Amino acid sequence: MRQDPLIPMLGEVTMIRTDTPDVKTFRVIGVDGKKPFVHIPGQCAMLSIPGVGEALFSITSSPTEEDYVDFSIKKCGCVTQWLHAMEVGQQVTIRGPYGNGFPVDTELAGKDLLFIAGGIGLAPLHSVINYCRHYRDRYGKIDIVYGSRSKDDLVDYPEILEEWCKEDGINVHLTIDNPQEGWDGHVGFVPNYVKELAFDTSKTVLMCGPPIMIKFTLAGLQELGFDKSQVYTTFELKMKCALGKCGRCNIGDKYVCKDGPVFRLDEMDELPDEY
Amino acid sequence: MKKIARSELNALFAAISAQKQLYIPADTKAGQAQFTLWQDGIVLTDKLNTVRSAKDLFFPQVEQIVNFKVTGKTMEIIENRDVSEPFVVFGVRACDCRSFDILDTVFLADPVDTFYQTRRENGLVITMACSRPEETCFCGAFGIDAANPAGDITCWMDENALYWRANTQKGEELTATLSILVDCDNTAVASMQEKTREILKKLPLNDLDLSNFDSKKLLEYFNADVWTELSESCLGCGTCTFVCPTCQCYDVQDFDNGREVRRFRCWDSCMYSDFTMMAHGTNRPTQKERFRQRFMHKLVYYPSNNGGVFGCVGCGRCLQKCPIHMNIVKVAKKLKEAVK
Repeated sequence: MRQDPLIPMLGEVTMIRTDTPDVKTFRVIGVDGKKPFVHIPGQCAMLSIPGVGEALFSITSSPTEEDYVDFSIKKCGCVTQWLHAMEVGQQVTIRGPYGNGFPVDTELAGKDLLFIAGGIGLAPLHSVINYCRHYRDRYGKIDIVYGSRSKDDLVDYPEILEEWCKEDGINVHLTIDNPQEGWDGHVGFVPNYVKELAFDTSKTVLMCGPPIMIKFTLAGLQELGFDKSQVYTTFELKMKCALGKCGRCNIGDKYVCKDGPVFRLDEMDELPDEY
Repeated sequence: MKKIARSELNALFAAISAQKQLYIPADTKAGQAQFTLWQDGIVLTDKLNTVRSAKDLFFPQVEQIVNFKVTGKTMEIIENRDVSEPFVVFGVRACDCRSFDILDTVFLADPVDTFYQTRRENGLVITMACSRPEETCFCGAFGIDAANPAGDITCWMDENALYWRANTQKGEELTATLSILVDCDNTAVASMQEKTREILKKLPLNDLDLSNFDSKKLLEYFNADVWTELSESCLGCGTCTFVCPTCQCYDVQDFDNGREVRRFRCWDSCMYSDFTMMAHGTNRPTQKERFRQRFMHKLVYYPSNNGGVFGCVGCGRCLQKCPIHMNIVKVAKKLKEAVK
């Protein structure tokens, strides 16, 4: 019998971490106890609960984690609702990895990197950040701007505080939308904060967040003198196959599932404004 | 070239059917032609084309891809694809035959869709040249010759006989088993081809010229003003995608029957409002965007990715079936005027 790419493999959820009131991180391994596949930071995978549905999620863990893949998932639909309700030991189906991923070993190598994330937009960048931390000498300075609605909505806050903030050569800039008790950090929206921080325009930017954040942050970066060709983003559309066939994520002559999900912003200018 | 008297057609079908499943275009009780599993008593339609295209046989409307058995926290994946056996499809028109090339570029591209691939390998295509093309036909705009279709075997038919030419090894192999066919020269076929080509020249859509479509102007086509006007009356019924031989968008759905979960792949349509609906909304909120997507895909996006080949074969089904009389020819003409 031929193995069809639409047919998934079984995985088991070995860890569930509650990150925020609506985000949990799920650790998945194959039923053989091994990591289900090897991925590139920024790639995605299809998780499914038979009878509920299948959906595409970005892989949050770095490929340098040898035993598992992690997915930080926000609760916002049928499949995610179900995932949030499950317990450790639950089997799910998994297939992937899909998409191009970030050019970590080519265009990003040797560069000073500026990561900009809003809310659950940290999920795909998390994989890149930890990959770059693992191969620290391949990259220049790393800046991370991460914003969310409140302190409680920062995904994986303990790792950010205990690991990212304490590492040499990494500057973490956190911000929340409104003042909050117990928060002495920056308050304000990500686009304004990026402008305030007035980053050096030699940096390469990796950005993910809600469309409105992307739009205003990009305007801010351009004011600072950044060119679109220095900015990478990743986004998702509705997908059923993730193989470039079902037609849903088609934008212009591209399919987000196979030609993306990572695009350089100057490349996106050539696509119809329909995402 | 071989031939067989028309009075012997039933015997020919019986001889093929003895070896493999045979599908031929036959009339339903409602009087519409559709590809039907041949058995004694099933008669070849005299209609030009089937309502639904021949893609059904390679990419069925619904197919089962896998089963799951869920027990508590554990589950089992059970291979349970619909069985595909070797089959012959007879009477495929030149347009539908070309549509297989287009479907191939999607489903046989890496990673290969093995459901489609299996059916393609199992299927032997016998085409039938057109002798009476209709007013809605415009396959010529895509360089298709209705008088000389491709396929494993090509047939022509006049009042007296069916003429038969094998084009591929698969076609030769089947031909070799059919001793009922007798050798002949191609005089009759050449004369039929000439007649057909004369008719094709006179068809109203024969002058449709798509040669100056340039997929590099993708954004200009996309941003053209004509989309609002063109899409205004679109009902979003999806009939055009349903009858289209090249439409291949699909959905994947699970059905839990209480004992197991069955996962199906089924046709879908970019004309539907929930096609791109996500938890946070849809990127094509009105019918204008959905309408534009369908035509841009056939006329611009697909050619852009496939060396200028259009994602349409000119079969004319959407012209016949659209309830608001909109169609790809009108769209192409308007777009050509709008973007020069």
